[in-house]
Formats: sequence, structure tokens, C-alpha cells
Amino acid sequence: MSDVSTILAAGPGTQSRRRRRRVSPLTPVTYLTALVLVGVTVVPLLFVFVDGFKSNAQINSSATALPHPWVTGNYAQILTSAAFWQPLENSAVIAAIATVLVVVLGAMAAFALSRYAFRGREGLFLLFAVGLLFPINAAALPLYLMLDKIGLLDSPLGVALPEAAFGLPITIVILRPFMREIPGELEDAAVVDGATRIGFFLRILLPLSRPALVTVAVLAFVQSWNQYLIPLLVFTSQGRFTLPLAVANFQTQYAQNTASILAFTALSMLPALGCFIFAQRHLVGGFTGAVKG
Amino acid sequence: MAVAGDKDLDVPRAELVPAPRAAAPSRRARPRLRRRTELVVLLAPALALFVGFVLLPIVLAAWDGMHKWTGFGSLGPFAGLYNYRLVLSDPVFRESFVHNVIIVIASIVIQLPLGLGMALLLNRRIRGRAFLRTLAFAPFVLPYATTAVMWLLLLQPGGFLDQVMKAAGLGGLIQLWLANLHLVLYTMIVVLTWQFFGFAMILMLAGLQGIPAELREAAALDGASGWQATWRITLPLLGPTIRIWLFLSVVGSLQVFDQVWIMTGGGPANASSTMVTYLVQHGFQSYEFGYGSAVAVIIFLICFIFALLYQRFVLRRDTRGALTRAVG
Repeated sequence: MSDVSTILAAGPGTQSRRRRRRVSPLTPVTYLTALVLVGVTVVPLLFVFVDGFKSNAQINSSATALPHPWVTGNYAQILTSAAFWQPLENSAVIAAIATVLVVVLGAMAAFALSRYAFRGREGLFLLFAVGLLFPINAAALPLYLMLDKIGLLDSPLGVALPEAAFGLPITIVILRPFMREIPGELEDAAVVDGATRIGFFLRILLPLSRPALVTVAVLAFVQSWNQYLIPLLVFTSQGRFTLPLAVANFQTQYAQNTASILAFTALSMLPALGCFIFAQRHLVGGFTGAVKG
Repeated sequence: MAVAGDKDLDVPRAELVPAPRAAAPSRRARPRLRRRTELVVLLAPALALFVGFVLLPIVLAAWDGMHKWTGFGSLGPFAGLYNYRLVLSDPVFRESFVHNVIIVIASIVIQLPLGLGMALLLNRRIRGRAFLRTLAFAPFVLPYATTAVMWLLLLQPGGFLDQVMKAAGLGGLIQLWLANLHLVLYTMIVVLTWQFFGFAMILMLAGLQGIPAELREAAALDGASGWQATWRITLPLLGPTIRIWLFLSVVGSLQVFDQVWIMTGGGPANASSTMVTYLVQHGFQSYEFGYGSAVAVIIFLICFIFALLYQRFVLRRDTRGALTRAVG
């Protein structure tokens, strides 16, 4: 394995440095193609952010022109409204609970599955790994019925617990090989120094697993942050809505007010974009690590 | 990270003398008990959460699906496979399944070459590469619900796209992108491609970085052209990455929901419905929970059967990879 660590450590460009001498004749074509594709990707996003600075009249007369004048009222209105901050807080609380659960429970399980020898270990790992095949969306209705039975409907835990449960497989699949790679000599040395297994886990293994832990934490956070169907089914009170729910809801409620919807949508994209730019390496490492584990 | 406390589990180093290797049997019983306790403490919470919220609901759904539903919260009489047969014979469910299959095929045919090509381009040393890569990957990390609202506004009649097309002299080609029965599914495919192609690209890029540059250089020394090196060396070595991407892409395509639900609700006239929008519409909104459970189990089985077949016929060729290791 060590693919996770390799990719995390390697970052961009390690490979290409060796090929410095080769100047590709395709460079202009390369640029053009890349720019066109990226343009297609970015233009819709720009539309949201820029047109949020227009009045509805401006949007109706021309959605493509730059705002003239730039209207800040839409953004200001959203930013001073609980309709934006409340869902933001709800999303953050749920994502935080789900992430902590996934990382703590996942690390404990991965530790047991990687550094203890016991009968049924591989079977147990297989059980968790099979969870990768369970699409959370398909499980939405059964989950709803179960949450109804145990009284977790319309509660943040009713969303965070299933999200954490569905996040465990990928977490364990990423963490186990990582923890396995850490040399046994370290464990022996810790035992000679008088550490217990659990002491070794807490004081040595966890700090050494930091890159992988950050990766699974980012993955869990993003998946919870973006989840739509589970909160859609679980929450009935608007005050509990998460951000994706609130955006969709805002759009149906204020269907005529395009400018406000654009500003709301743009603002609700910002946390994800910011988090992505901050955690890009870990996210990419997580996906590729999951793939090559 | 979040695990820190539990100091009481930690024995102070200086006070503990390592146990002699050959201890009496009675003295070995205690560490064994301790070990077992540790295992239970470490594994039980994760296992409980996983079984409780992932496995149990599906098992219960299989059972619920075998019952008629009399009202909110109560099972009706046992009905065997009645609901399952009803679901499978419903033309709307079949149609939704076909839509999912079309989405699967389209995502493979469009995103694979696009993601791969882009990855090959960005794997060169070009200026601003990291920036381009970040931009191309960005749609994938945005909540699908927010991008769905964005596309809804972009595509509304007389909206941004229509105005751009008019300005470009393509006004005659303007359609009702989301209201045209024959077009709406393809509009959704464009939206899905926009959202997911960056994921294909980023996986392929990671795969490419795992291929030693020396291999291509050796091929070049042997007189291979750039294209030949790409076709004969890079792509075959990228095989495992491509196969894993395919798997993730198919499972993702089978459970498409957010974008469709927000933009069209599966309409008009089910023209863009998917299996999960069908599930929400027919199982949830009509409170037919027995029927809905059957739908959920069928979707799950479709994913599961696909995964088994894929594992059996495609993934087993790879020696590495989480799924391979897990299932094989």
C-alpha cells in the first residue's frame, strides 16, 4: 500500500520534474483544450456569483452582461438573514458530529483490524468493506422507517448517525492498510518501554496516522455537508434544515426573485469551495487512496 | 485527532516491567482476557453503528417489502413477493431503470474519454496546471443540491444559456431544456457530466502519477512515438484506475437523485425519473411504505448484483485495490 502516503507526500509535479527537457509540441493545443474545458466548468459558477450582484430587472434584460451598476443588496440581505445562518449552523453541527464519529470509531476499528490477530478478522473487514456497495440514497426509505421507530426523526442525530454509519466503510478501508504499514518494531519498542497496546495506539499509532486521519475526516465532512436526500426525509421543521435543503427550499419559495436565489446559492457554495481549496490535497489523497488502498 | 483522553488506560511507562516471555499458563490467561476486552471495546461501537444504520435497515426493508401497508407505521398482512412483482411490472419503474442505464452508459462514454484526456493533458508540465486542476475538480465537491439550483436558473426559458445562444446566433436551436420530453434526460446528463467529470480526471491524474516516467522514456528510446507510448504503455498501466473509476461511476449513476429531484422532480411525465426519484415519489410521498421498501431492496439488489459481476469479471484482474482485496 502506502499509496495514500505516497500520493499525499508526492503532491503535484514530482513526476514531471524528470521530464523537464521535453518541451511538448502540443503545448498550444494543450492549453486551448484545457482552457475550453475549464471554461465550461467555471462559466456556470461565475454566472451565479456575478449575477448575484444584479437586480432582477438587470437579470431579465441581460443575464450575460456584467452588472451595471453592481448591486450588493442581494448578498447583504442574505448575509443578514437567519435563513442563511441557521442552516449553515445546522449543517456544521451535523457534519461535525458525523465526522467525529466516523474518525473515532473508524480509527478504533481499523486499529483492531490491522494490528490484532484474531479469528474472523478478515470476515469482519469484509463486512465493513461490503458497506461500500450500499448506496445511502437507496437506503433512504428503510432508514426513514427505522428512525421513525427509534424516535430520531426531525433530529440532527437522525441525520448524523446514518451518515457516520455509511462513512465507516471507506474510513476503515483507507485506515487499515495505513496502520498496517507502520512497522511492528515500533510496537515492540513501545511494549518494551512499558506501553500497553492501547497506549501504543493513542500515543504512537494515531499521531503517525495523521495524514490518513485528516483524509478520512475531510471525506466524511464533505459527504455529510453535501448530503441532501437523508435530511430531506428526516427534517420536517424548517428550522433544522441543512444548507442544501435550505437552498432548494429557498428556490421554490422565492421562485420569482432570481437575484436573491443566485445570491443565496453563491453564498451556500462558498463554504464547500473554501473547504475544498484548503483540503484539496487530502480530498484527492482520500479518493485515490480509497481506490488503491 | 479527536481521540486523546483515556489516560486511565495508559500505564505509566517507568512502573511497568515487561512480562517475562515464558510465563505460567495461569498468568497468560489474564493478558488474553485483557486482549479480548480491548478488541470488544475497539470494535463494538463501529460495528454497532454500522450494523444498526447500514445493514439492519436493508434487512428490515426486505421484510417490510413483503407486507401490505395499512397505514402510517403499521405492517399489514404478509404478502410475500407481491410488492416486488408489482414494482418490477410497473412501466414507470422500468422506465426509471432504463433512464439509469442510459445515465450509466452516457457517463462512461462521455466522462471517461474526457477525464482521461484532460488528465493526460494536465499531466504535462504546463503553466498554471495546479490552478486548472483545481477549477476542473471544483464542481464535484459542491453540494449537488446547490449546483442543481444553479442549473435550474441557467436553463430556465430566456435564461442565461438561451441568451448566450441568441448572442452567438444560435437562437434557432433554443429548446425548453427541462420541459421537453425528449430532451430532458439528455439535459440532465449534461448537468451530471459537468458535476462528475472532474472526479474522473482527478482519479486518472493520480493513476498517471503512479506510472514511472522511465517507462515512457524507455519506449521513446526504442523509437515509439508519443501516441504509441500513450496507447501501449500509459493506458494499459492505467487499467486498474480506470476499472475502479468505472465501478464508482456506475454505482453513483445508479443512485442519481439530488439534481433530478430539484430540477425536474423526475418529470415531465417521468421523462427524467430515476430509480431513486421513483423511490421517493412512490414509496415516500404516497406513504406506501411496503411498496417503497420493495423498491429500495430492488435498487440495492441491482447495485449489489452489478458489484458482484464486476468483481467477478473485471476487478479480479487487479492485484491491488481496496475492493479487490476486500472481496477477493
